[in-house]
Amino acid sequence: MTGLIIALVIIVALLAWVVMVYNGLIQSRNKVKNAFAQIDTQLQRRFDLIPNLVETVKGYASHEKELLENVTASRSGYMNATTNAEKMAADNQLTSTLKSLFAVAENYPELKANQNFAKLQDDLKGTEDKVAFSRQFYNDAVTMYNNKLQIFPNNIVAEMFNFKEEDLFKTEEAAKAAPKVQF
Amino acid sequence: MFDSSKKNKRKTYGIVSLFLVFLAVIVYFIMTYCFEVSGTIALVVSMLLAILTSWASYYNSDKIVLSLNGARPATKEENQRMVENLEGLCIAAGLPVPKLYIMDDGSPNAFATGRDPEHGVICVTTGLLEKLDSNELEGVLAHELSHIKNYDTLLQTIASVFVGFVTILSDLFFRIGINVMSDSDSDNKASGAVGLIGFVVGIIFLALSPLFANLLKLALSRNREFLADSSAIELTRNPEGLISALQKISTDTDPLEQANKSTECMYIYNPIKNKQGKTSSLFSTHPSVEDRIEALRNIH
Repeated sequence: MTGLIIALVIIVALLAWVVMVYNGLIQSRNKVKNAFAQIDTQLQRRFDLIPNLVETVKGYASHEKELLENVTASRSGYMNATTNAEKMAADNQLTSTLKSLFAVAENYPELKANQNFAKLQDDLKGTEDKVAFSRQFYNDAVTMYNNKLQIFPNNIVAEMFNFKEEDLFKTEEAAKAAPKVQF
Repeated sequence: MFDSSKKNKRKTYGIVSLFLVFLAVIVYFIMTYCFEVSGTIALVVSMLLAILTSWASYYNSDKIVLSLNGARPATKEENQRMVENLEGLCIAAGLPVPKLYIMDDGSPNAFATGRDPEHGVICVTTGLLEKLDSNELEGVLAHELSHIKNYDTLLQTIASVFVGFVTILSDLFFRIGINVMSDSDSDNKASGAVGLIGFVVGIIFLALSPLFANLLKLALSRNREFLADSSAIELTRNPEGLISALQKISTDTDPLEQANKSTECMYIYNPIKNKQGKTSSLFSTHPSVEDRIEALRNIH
């Protein structure tokens, strides 16, 4: 009789432990998902600035066609992207085209003096930083989740319920994926 | 990489438990030596009062502190760079964006307040905005944000309440306890040699207790500064920014005009500058800048 009770207690304790680990893993995974969505929110805000930028530049430097087209292309690259990596690639593309755009803007004193343009320039810089920060937040969340997943004995529970490791976001990866964007 | 912050958290728990033990011992001494009913009532009343006042100040701490320091809210139009930077850091920390205030003062400094991240407030001086570059400013903002993230402001409040308790208790003892002793000459607990020795130890202990309590509070605050520094680097991934900010702030000669003792421990750098003694002493709220920079360099 006592043997049976002891066995029951052990089973209940084991079950409780499995539930605890399972819930912990779910929480961490949801945090990763949330962090993932954060990156997209920041990217969205960044690309929302583009039409306004193109309009402003057109008013002063309409013959810099190629540059403007590149900027617009990176935006449509973002719109058509389905995976996060593709979106990040479009963002990298945008960052480099913006660099040349702002370099060219040096040749147009009137454009440079335009307040709207200066504000857009600041906004784009700000959103660029925020994309980087959100990526950092995502990587932190993924590291925490992966640690939880791989640590013994959690890995047994993770295996049981088929939890998969998440990938870290590396800037080189996004850069490698860059040529995929169609122009 | 961020082991130092873990060690620091353990240290904090250690100090808080020391506080609790300390408080228990004091209560024990008082209970032993003054059992008069009026004393007990006075004790309860004063404790309730202490809790009530600290509760009120806890809920309004941000408003009180800001009005004490004469700060105005920062606008996105005026300080776009800083506001955007803070928003970015909050994304990285996964925190709501605290309110940002600016204080008109030439001395570069900053502080954080608010009872939890939802009510966080960060305040910077105009001197800080003028004298620091964007990397350094980011380091300072991250440091203040870390104070909010680590609930340091809450801890500071709790510590102050403890100190208040201890002071009130020891004060009470000397008012009531001594009376009890002189009143009861015949059959009291403090007869006999052992009772007398205990009584003397108790008196010495109680006399020094406010001092000990303050020392513990200061040790706690120094610890939290290290922790906030290392958390800040976790956010910015750029120790150099905070290091050079600390160097600039500490070598600046402008005194903070608005600084007063009550808000001292909240600043990134002790606003009340003393010329003597650069090393961190038992009585300072902040570790020395040299120690902090040393700790920052060891993070890697």
